[in-house]
Amino acid sequence: MGINVLMFYIFSAVILVFSILAVTSRRILRAAVFLLFVLVATSGYYFMLQYQFLAAVQLSLYAGGIVVLIIFSILLTHHISHKFELPPFIHIFLGILVTVVGSGVSIVTILNFPFKATTNQPIGTDMSEIGRQLMNTGSNGYALPFEVISILLLAAMIAAIIIAKKGK
Amino acid sequence: MIYGVPITHFLIISTLMFFIGIYGFLTRRNLITILMSVELILNSVNINFVVFNRYLYPDKLQGQFFALIIVAIAAAEASVAIALIINIYRRFTSIEVENVSELKN
Amino acid sequence: MINFTYTIWIPLVPIFIFLLTGLLGSRFKPLVSGIAGTAGLFFSFILALLTAWKYFFVIGTTNGAFQTIIAARTTWLQFTDKLSIDMGVLLDPISVMMLVVITTVSLMVHIYSLGYMKGDGGFARFFSFLSLFTFSMLGLVVATNIFQMYIFWELVGVSSFLLIGYYYEKPSAVAASKKAFIVTRFADLGFLIGILLVSYFTGTFDFAKLTDIHSSVFGTITSASFMGISAMTWAMMLIFMGGAGKSAMFPLHIWLPDAMEGPTPVSALIHAATMVVAGVFLVARMFPVYIFHAPEALTVIAYVGGFTSIFAAVIACTQFDIKRVLAFSTLSQIGYMMLALGVSGYGGEHGLGYMASMFHLFTHAMFKALLFLGAGSIIHAVHSNYMYDMGGLRKYLPVTHITFLIACFAIAGIPPFSGFFSKDEILAAAWNHDKLLFVVEYIVAGLTAFYMFRLYFGIFWNKTPHYHHEPHESPMTMTFPLVFLAIASIFTGLIPFGSFVSSDGIPFKSEMQFNIAIPSVIIALIGIFTAFIFYKKENLIPDKIVASLGGFYRTIYNKFYIDEIYLFVTKRILFNLVARPVAWFDRHVVDATMNGIGNTITFTSERIKGLQSGQLQQYAFVFVSGTILMVLFILYYIS
Repeated sequence: MGINVLMFYIFSAVILVFSILAVTSRRILRAAVFLLFVLVATSGYYFMLQYQFLAAVQLSLYAGGIVVLIIFSILLTHHISHKFELPPFIHIFLGILVTVVGSGVSIVTILNFPFKATTNQPIGTDMSEIGRQLMNTGSNGYALPFEVISILLLAAMIAAIIIAKKGK
Repeated sequence: MIYGVPITHFLIISTLMFFIGIYGFLTRRNLITILMSVELILNSVNINFVVFNRYLYPDKLQGQFFALIIVAIAAAEASVAIALIINIYRRFTSIEVENVSELKN
Repeated sequence: MINFTYTIWIPLVPIFIFLLTGLLGSRFKPLVSGIAGTAGLFFSFILALLTAWKYFFVIGTTNGAFQTIIAARTTWLQFTDKLSIDMGVLLDPISVMMLVVITTVSLMVHIYSLGYMKGDGGFARFFSFLSLFTFSMLGLVVATNIFQMYIFWELVGVSSFLLIGYYYEKPSAVAASKKAFIVTRFADLGFLIGILLVSYFTGTFDFAKLTDIHSSVFGTITSASFMGISAMTWAMMLIFMGGAGKSAMFPLHIWLPDAMEGPTPVSALIHAATMVVAGVFLVARMFPVYIFHAPEALTVIAYVGGFTSIFAAVIACTQFDIKRVLAFSTLSQIGYMMLALGVSGYGGEHGLGYMASMFHLFTHAMFKALLFLGAGSIIHAVHSNYMYDMGGLRKYLPVTHITFLIACFAIAGIPPFSGFFSKDEILAAAWNHDKLLFVVEYIVAGLTAFYMFRLYFGIFWNKTPHYHHEPHESPMTMTFPLVFLAIASIFTGLIPFGSFVSSDGIPFKSEMQFNIAIPSVIIALIGIFTAFIFYKKENLIPDKIVASLGGFYRTIYNKFYIDEIYLFVTKRILFNLVARPVAWFDRHVVDATMNGIGNTITFTSERIKGLQSGQLQQYAFVFVSGTILMVLFILYYIS
């Protein structure tokens, strides 16, 4: 068993266990921290798959940005030591039902699908290539989505400010 | 591709993460925990994109770039959601999801 | 060929006046509506006289007979290519005669009402209803086919309902108008069934085809019969039932005495001269069908008419309300007309009954209208309907007195007044056909003279009671019609009616039969003399006779309790056995079903309302599970 297979299993275990804990935990701060662990493990996946830039972005944006944001908002709106009460049983039951059925259907489909391997040569994914493609308008070029994303982020910033400011 | 790990393993993991996120969305009563479940869902989708890119189309870049874009969008969406939650907290002094049932009947 | 299309204006002018005064009458002073109504009717009257002159004198007879002329016709409703309902104007001797009668009496009533109804709050409404009624009656007599006649028949019923219930604030008037409408409507049920039977067997509604004795439309009916009586006889009996309702034959007579609740001009117009003779007119119009295809029906008609006339005459001798006496008198005289038709044959001298019936219709219209209008004048002066409030009025109401007396002579059958001639013809026709009926009518003639002169002496002679205000003669608008009608009552008897109206259209001369005329005059004089002794001066003879008759008198006074029998049948039998269960069914089964459906839907929607809870997670749950189900469906069902 190669090291990558071992790494895969470790990361998978982390992801699954902590995501379950995140959605069932009764203390909110613990849930946030569990989410953090899930995000870090995901970026571990990306490193394994040799998408270094993406992994770095995942760590800095998700783990370092969004989770921090969530924790700030928790602190602004909550007693941290407040324990949630369990949701009504019917909710849990229906939720588990949906989860099991849905994942069952999807997994069965995945297992039955014939994935064809390809013999194309992989393209390099180092920083210079990514940088060039972000500005490229030809094939493999992502100038347009880049610009759109920047406008989206601007809009989101303005929206957040307006929504969150105190009214007159 | 990663030697020794077939594509289906990755996909199963991401599927499970997706449905766990849905379970959290349906079950949790606090708005922030619902947001966290949404982040889980988005992450699982990200993994899917990247895995497909690496295993099936290694000569293209779509998967990675789209995953990047999704991360950016998730960040924007989380910030707006937090702003909304803060507003709701100011109005109702609690962020239980039962309080935001203005669409009732 | 002279053009008669202008005759369509004879009924149309009144309906325009009705619409005008009905819709716009409240904007002007009431007198404007009155003048408009009278003027419109005067126009129709002139046109009717012109038509009569042209029809009888200018065109005259063709091949020895008066022709049936269709002056105008338009198809109103086409059922099949052979069967249709037309609207049109048909001119033949009886319809032209009726046009003259209706317009004359209606014009007199209009002029009279200008004075009688003065000051009444609904003056304009009264005149518009009068025009509506005149239109309906005119349309009825000029109908070209039986369905058009039925339509106008119903219109006449509605107009009389409106007019009888004119004083709608009086409960008794409302009850009377309802009674009139319901009884005649019930009779019209028979009429309609009769029409349908006739048209089923003959395939046509048209009068010209039905009454043409050479037509072949009756070929298919000879074999159809029901319970031993041929289908055609049933049909004609049912049609007579309709006529009996309108003409108040026994036992459908109950509405006519109550209908006196309406204003007196209404009684004069409707219940003396026009509407109540509609039944007689119907039988006369269908007479060839009766003679040739349903002769048994004619026997029934004769006996019903005879019975009604003696029944009503006996009751009239006991009543104290002027208008009731006159109402029963009308019943009795219409019985005469029906009887005359029933004993008639066809063609020439055999058709004497037919001619006599129409002649009596004509003269009766004149003197009965005169009697009612005179009664109105008396009531107007004394402010009461009852004979015991009146007496010695000959000093106060001279014009009314003389005209009333002339009318009484006419109805009693004293020559040379008109009633003598027409009643004499009827008696002659009865003598030739059925001696029993002759005896009945002979007795009725005597009773008629008696009760009319009882009325006359009781009002104008006898003891003068103490009057609160001194009675005064009526104004000119009321006395002019009285005088006009009195002149008509004197002179119309001299018309040689057989030269104009006869059963087959061929004029004939009828001779005076002195072996009938002289006894009829004698019995009339006996009646008058008896009334003179009893009533001219105040005395105790009437009271002694009443006391000796005791219970029998009371029965007659209460009109033989016919109304009570009707009420019993309706309340006990119809209401309890038929109407109550049906009402129960309607309330508890039909309504319960409807309410049940409504309640179920409300209940279901309350439950469904829960779907819109506003709970975000519930929506998400539905969303996700729906997606999974769809995926399952597509994966495993489709492929």
